[in-house]
Parts: sequence; C-alpha cells; structure tokens
Amino acid sequence: MSPLLCLILLPIAGAALAVAGFPARKMAITAAVLNLVACVAILGFFQPDKTGYQFLSSFPVLPSLGISFTLGADGLSLVMLLLSTVVTLAAVTVARAPQSNAHWFYASLLFISAGAIGAFASVDVFFFYMFHELALIPTFLLIGIWGSGDRQTAAWKVTIYLAFGSFVLLIGLIGLYLAMPVGARSFDMRAIAEHAQLGTLFAHDTVHSFSLFGFEYLSINHSQIIYLLLFLGFGVLVSLFPFHTWAPQAYASAPAPAAMLHAGVLKKFGLYGILRLVTPIFPPHIAAPFNTLLLVLLLGNILYVGLVTISQRKLDLMLGYSSVMHMGYIFLGILSWNALGLTGAAFMLVAHGLSIAALFALSGELRERTGTLDFSELGGLAKAMPTFGLLFGFAAMASIGLPGFANFAGELMVFFGAFSAGVRSNTGFNEFQIATAIGVWGVVISAVYMLRAYRRIFMGPLVERRKSLADIAPLPKFCIAGLILLLLIAGFCPQLLVQYILPALTRP
Amino acid sequence: MKAFLLSPEFKVVTLGIVLLMLDSFTNTKKRHIAWTGMVGLTVLLGLSFFPGLPEVAFPRGFYLTDPMAIFFKRYMLLSTILVIALALDYAQVYEEFIPSGRPGAGLGEFFILPIFACAGLMWLVSAADFIMIFVSLELVTMCFYVLVASMRKNLHSLEAGVKYLILGALSTGFLVYGITWITGLTGRTSLDGIRDVLPIVPQGYQVALMFGLGLVLVALGFKVAAVPFQFWVPDVYQGAPTPVTAYLSVASKAAGFVVLMRVIEPFLIVPGLEHKIISVLTILAALTLIYGNLAALPQINLKRLLAYSSIAHAGYLLIGVASVGADTSGPAIGFYLGGYLLMTFLAFLVLVHVGRVTGGDEISDFNGLGRRSPVLALGMLIAMLSLAGLPFTVGFFGKFLIFEAAMQSQQYLLVALGAVTVACGFYYYLKVVRAMYWQPVVADAPAIPVPAFTKLLIALLSAGIIIFGIYPQPLLAMLR
Repeated sequence: MSPLLCLILLPIAGAALAVAGFPARKMAITAAVLNLVACVAILGFFQPDKTGYQFLSSFPVLPSLGISFTLGADGLSLVMLLLSTVVTLAAVTVARAPQSNAHWFYASLLFISAGAIGAFASVDVFFFYMFHELALIPTFLLIGIWGSGDRQTAAWKVTIYLAFGSFVLLIGLIGLYLAMPVGARSFDMRAIAEHAQLGTLFAHDTVHSFSLFGFEYLSINHSQIIYLLLFLGFGVLVSLFPFHTWAPQAYASAPAPAAMLHAGVLKKFGLYGILRLVTPIFPPHIAAPFNTLLLVLLLGNILYVGLVTISQRKLDLMLGYSSVMHMGYIFLGILSWNALGLTGAAFMLVAHGLSIAALFALSGELRERTGTLDFSELGGLAKAMPTFGLLFGFAAMASIGLPGFANFAGELMVFFGAFSAGVRSNTGFNEFQIATAIGVWGVVISAVYMLRAYRRIFMGPLVERRKSLADIAPLPKFCIAGLILLLLIAGFCPQLLVQYILPALTRP
Repeated sequence: MKAFLLSPEFKVVTLGIVLLMLDSFTNTKKRHIAWTGMVGLTVLLGLSFFPGLPEVAFPRGFYLTDPMAIFFKRYMLLSTILVIALALDYAQVYEEFIPSGRPGAGLGEFFILPIFACAGLMWLVSAADFIMIFVSLELVTMCFYVLVASMRKNLHSLEAGVKYLILGALSTGFLVYGITWITGLTGRTSLDGIRDVLPIVPQGYQVALMFGLGLVLVALGFKVAAVPFQFWVPDVYQGAPTPVTAYLSVASKAAGFVVLMRVIEPFLIVPGLEHKIISVLTILAALTLIYGNLAALPQINLKRLLAYSSIAHAGYLLIGVASVGADTSGPAIGFYLGGYLLMTFLAFLVLVHVGRVTGGDEISDFNGLGRRSPVLALGMLIAMLSLAGLPFTVGFFGKFLIFEAAMQSQQYLLVALGAVTVACGFYYYLKVVRAMYWQPVVADAPAIPVPAFTKLLIALLSAGIIIFGIYPQPLLAMLR
C-alpha cells in the first residue's frame, strides 16, 4: 500500500462527503490541507540520493496486456505532486461557493485535483492516461454550469478538443506498447524505459507506406508515426500551436478555481508526459527529422500567440492566451533534448503553474468585485485596494519572468539549454540557435501585455463608484501571497527543486 | 436426445411454455408471471456457473460449447432478465396501447416472448451449422416481429413492426440465398465441414463463393445494423416498446456479431479470399462509424439518439471484426459487447422511468433531472460517460481493447477514424448530461418516484460499469 494512494483517495473522499451532504467548503478545504500535509510528509521521507521510483505499490489489473495499477514517485513526480496539492489548496480556498449546488461545485474541483494527482503518481502508462481523463467531465460541468460569458460554447469546445487529443494520445501509447517485442510487452514506464535502453523498443521498426490507388504518397517508419502521435496527442492537451484554440476561451469562461486547477496543474500533464514518455525513450535519430517542424510550431506559440495576447482587451482572455504562450518556452526546453533544457522545462512547469494560478485567482476576485474584466471599464484600482494591486503586480512580474522569480530561473535554463542543443554548424547558427534567438523576444512580448494590463487596471483615474471597493479578504490574500512566496523561494534557490528534478531526468 | 434435454436452451423453452400455460389457464397475476420468469432465468444463469454438469454432446460441427458460446449464453440470459425487469416498469405505458377491455391483456405475452427469443439467441451463439444458424435466427426474429408491433394502438409501434417485418424478411431471403450458394459450392452446411472442403474448392469458384458469402454478410449486416443496411434501425428503435428496443440493440446485435465472427472464420484460411473479406469489413466498419456518429449528432429524441449510437457502436465492433488478424480481436469484441450490455440497459432503464412520468422520450424531457431525481440522473450520467468511452468505465476498456487489436493488425485508417468519431460521440452523449445538469427544471415538474427494485438495478449496473472499467480481468478471463 503506497502512501501515494492516500494522495489520490483523499480528494475523492472529500468529494464523496461533500456530495453526501456534509458542508462542502469545509470538506474541500480539509481534504486539500490534509493532502498538502501528506505530500510534504512524503517529500520528507523521500530519499533523493536513490535512483528510480520510490513508494512503489502494484496491483495487476490486466496481466495479459501487462497493465497494472502501479503507483510510485521519483523526484520529478514529487515536484509535480507538490505543485498539484499547493494549487488545489489555493483553488478551493479562494473559491466562492456558488448559489446553487455548492456540493457538486467543490466535488468537481476535488475530482480534477484527484485526476491530476493520480496521473502524476502513476508509474503505469495506462493509469497515467486514465487519471488525466477523469478530470474531463468535472471540467465540462464546472465551465458549463458555473462559468461566465459564452460558457456553453467554451465547455463543449474544451471537452471535445481534449477528448480528441486524448484518443490520439491513446493510439500513440498503444503504438508504443506494440513496438515492444512480443511477450515482453508492458505498460509499465520502467519496462518501457528499460526496453528503450536495451534497444529492443523499436527493434523491428519497419517502413509503412501509405498508398492511394497504387500511388505511394507517404513512407514513414512506424517509430516516427508513434513519435508524431505522442507529440501531437500531448501537444493538443498542452495547447501547442495550432491546437491551442480551446484553451483561452475555456480559461476565460471557467470559474476562477477551475481555471487555476486546469491551467496550473492539469495542463502540465501533457508536458510531464513528454518528459516521461518521449524524451527518455526515443533515440535522437527518430526525433531529429521533426525538430524543424516542432520548432516552428513552438515559435508559433511564443510569437503568434504572444501577439494575439497583446491585442486582448479583457483580462481573462489575456491570461488564457498568455498561458498558451508560455507553453512555447517549455516545448523549447524539451526539444533541446539536453539535461539543462529538460530541467529548465520541468522547472518552468512548476513556476508557470504557480504564477498562472495566482493570476487566475486574482482575476476571479476582480470579476467578483467589479463585475467586469474589460480593460476599458477598469482603472485606478490600486487606490481603492492597494494590497490587491501589490499582489497582482508580483504575480504579473513573476509571469513576465523577472529575475528573482522561479519563472526567470526556468526560462534562463531553457534558453541556455536550447542554444547549446542540436548539431553544431560550422557555417553559422543551427536551427535551435535561431529559434532561441527568436524565442527570447517572447519575454519582451510578455512584458508588454502584462505591464499594460497592470497599467489599465490599477493606474489612472478611479471611477467614483469604485472608491469604496473592499480590498482583498485575508484568506485569499494569504493563499495568493503563499503562491508568490513559493515562486520567490524557488527563484532565489532553484537548487531546492533542481536537486529533485535533475536525477529523475538524467537517469540512464 | 438426452444431451438435448439437458441443454440450457431446452430449459429456457420449458420455462417459457410453463409460463405461457400459467398465463392462459390460471388467473396468475401478470406481474407474478414476470417475476417467475426472471427468477427462473436467474436460476439458469446461476446454474451455468456450476461445473460438473454433463457436457452437452451434440454431433461435431453442429453445436459449440467453447468459452465464447458459454459467455454469450450467460449474456443472453442476463439481458433477458433485464428486459423483463424493464418490461415490468414499462407495463403501465404498454397497457394504454393495448386495445382490450380486459385489464392486463397482452401483458403476459410481453413478458413471456422474450424468454423464447432468449432460447433462440442462446442456440444462435452456439450454432456451428448454417441450418442451425438459420433456424435459431428465425425463432429470434419471429419473437421480435410480435414484440416490436405489440403496442397495437400506437401508430409508431405499428409502423416499426411493419418496417421490421419487411426488412427482416428481406434479410432472411439474403441469408437463405447466400447459404444456398455456399452449400452448393462446398456441399456442406456445417462451418467445420466448409473449413475442411474450402482448400480443395477450385480457384474458379472463388467469385461465386465470395458472392454467397457477400449475401450472408448482407443479411448479418441487417442484424448488427451495419451501414448501408441500417436504415430500419432509427424508426424501429423509436417505435418499438422501450424494453424491446433495448433487447434489439443489445442481445440481437451481440448474437449477430457472434454469428458474423463464426461465419467468416472458415473463409479466412483460403489464400486470396482473406484479403478481400477484410477489405469488405474495413469498408463496412468505416461507413458504419462515419454514418452512425454523424447522424447521431443532431438528434433530439433520446431513443433515436440511442438508435444511432447503437449503429456507431456496431462500427467500433466492426473494427474489431476487421482486425481478425490479431489474436486479441475475439476477446475484445466479447468484452466490448459485455460492457455495451451494462451501459445500454442502464440508459434504457432510466429512459423507461423518465418516459413514464414525462410521457415522452425527447432529450428535453431530461431537463433538470439532476434535481428531480438524483438517482436516475447519476445512473444516466454513468451510462452516457461509459457509452462515450470515458476512462474508469467499461466503455473505455472496450474501445481500448478494440483499438489495440486494430493497431496490431495495422488497421491504421480505422483507428484514425475511430479517434475522430469518439470525439463526435462525446458531443452527443454529453448533450444528455447537459440537459440533466445544466438546464433548469421545467416549472411544476413533479419529482420522479423510483421503486426500490429499480434503484437496486441502477446500483448494480453502475457498479458493474465502474468495476469492470477499473478491473476488467474477470470479464476477459471468461472469454479466454
């Protein structure tokens, strides 16, 4: 019995009690607090000097297919678990109970949390996938019932988009499974990594020809099909350009805690999956042919979506787009395929998760107070609520990547990693160096939209009727300040997290 | 003869005849007849798990008792029990449409005919001879002709009855004609015999053989609702009494798939023929997937939606049939059908109760069900999520196993199509979820009372969906 099972079951138990009629908010907060405490305790018992997964427990579910319910954690998954529990606590605390069906509201939030935690704690690919999907329906209900704006369209779009992406991913995972030699197939991540190491994973890699009426229009290795399927499947879930259109609308319409959990934690599933199942497994000669394509796509994330973000006129949509944009950096770190870049990417997962959660929490509070998030109707709010303005300023700076915040450390590692990636070219810069040189401008773009948003909301003249707006309440203030504090700590001492992340990524 | 008397089918027929006698010659209450039927079938279902009963020894190549046959015999018994349970709940609606002054007239047949259909279905899944297949298929279809049209004062039911009769007769014609061709060319009626003879059938006969098999495939295409033989499905499903619709979409379809797998199996060993058969099945699967899912998108009537969804599920199952090259395709199809039974009956069970109170089966009749009856809404939620294929439900594992088999036999086109249509499926199944949880309750809508027995059934079916969705091993073990 792994202690990780507690982390999954606690939110589910909280949700069940909330639905059963116990006070929903109290149940949710209790479950989230207990979960955070449990997670910190697990971190305390974790032995960083040992390689491989710890706290393992396994239960065979489908032995004939090599599927078992295996839980375990290494440094990387522990960091993600910590992120999940922290953001969950912040989300249920800042959540305001809706007028109707409050118990379903909190239960849905806890289910999203349980799904994310289950995915990060799974060692079996099959359950890793299943837990992520568990969060799909709560998201649908949260956006559809308690959302704002064009919530119905947003809810449909996010659900169908993610369901499609998940099934593409599932097919890729089945392909990966079938690429193993017959008789030794398994969905266990450790087994897959072992096969990759021994060279038996793509041992019988054959060319598959797609033909139409006898005319061959595409010949591609099976391994490359699988690589693309995995990258696209995970990419849709992480809003890789051009599959990003579900994200901004969904985050804008979702109630604040749902957006915090989804953008801050659940979306990280895709990137975590790539770090687990793509980079350590595929040999470079399979991946290399697609580098240029993927670099162009991620520059689309940074530049195209960045420019779209600048043009937004509402805070919620702007935050949604900015969260899509930042995925570009993380993809850049992953594609660099070296220890520095991968560590940077993993580090940014945490940094971005914390900062976007703080921003969505603040934007939810703002909507609650003023009833609008349109820049043209806001202004001068720092006079009425100075603490709120201060917190927003900190969160915005973190999101831009100001030195001192974790985001800066992550971006720095990503850029250094990416610049040294690829094959050195004698004649000039290689594709990675060009992409890094272009991608760096994303920092400027983030500065433009974040600072402008800050100016439009908090500076300038204050409307008379907003003079008496109440400043942020103590409980949300404490939560958001906590998130920012964590960002600062990780920003000043990145080694605190890197010491857990690095061994997990460089394991042979 | 002794073997025949000991076979489970014979016991089912005996049960049916005894109940028919009770209904005709005594004043037994109709409800009690239904209960007796359910209890009898449950006992038979329980007996099927006891080993040591004498092996049924039919002549070789006539009657099979392989794991698949045994699994599907239990499947048919279970679905018949559920159909009678549904019919009990539906009786109130049913009686309104029976033209008779005597209370309860026609109800007895409504409860008893499924038992005879069950016997036919059980013979069908064991059948290994074209004669046996034909005879048991006719027994099933005859029962369904009556059941579909039995609400005689309801025009929709009558329309459904006529359509089902005409197209059923047509497909029977195709089946007999196809069997004639195959038997004429091979001189055998049993599948085993055909397998033995096929390798020595001259090359020149292959076109004729393909023609005969094609006719049989058309007939079975009608039974499993594969496109382009699906056009009877929406009207018949919508018009038939709801329990009969559930029976048609679960048991009849499952039997069709079992026969389909058994019939094509001997032909696959002939070199040159295998490729053609798989191509035909691939095209059928692709068309069925596309048509079923796209046509389901705009539906506003839940029964019709479920009809199109049953076509869509036939598409996924056909992916499995088209992947016969993979050794996992048989168990995958069996597992998928097992899950399909649980989720379809759960959906129809909720539909019967909502339809009884609201008097309709439009999706809008489900508005605000989450408030009016949380139990029914939760049951429907689980059924819809499982039909859509969400993880932690049996529907997901079914799709996973089918896709796994398809990837193994390199049916990439079908897999890609499957991923797209699954996304479609999320839309139309979640439409029901939206109605139940997003939409406001209609003003002064009464709460829906749910009998304790129905609550128990909902709990059991939901538990089955979730348990097999997390731990599918027991179900799969039965198939291997």
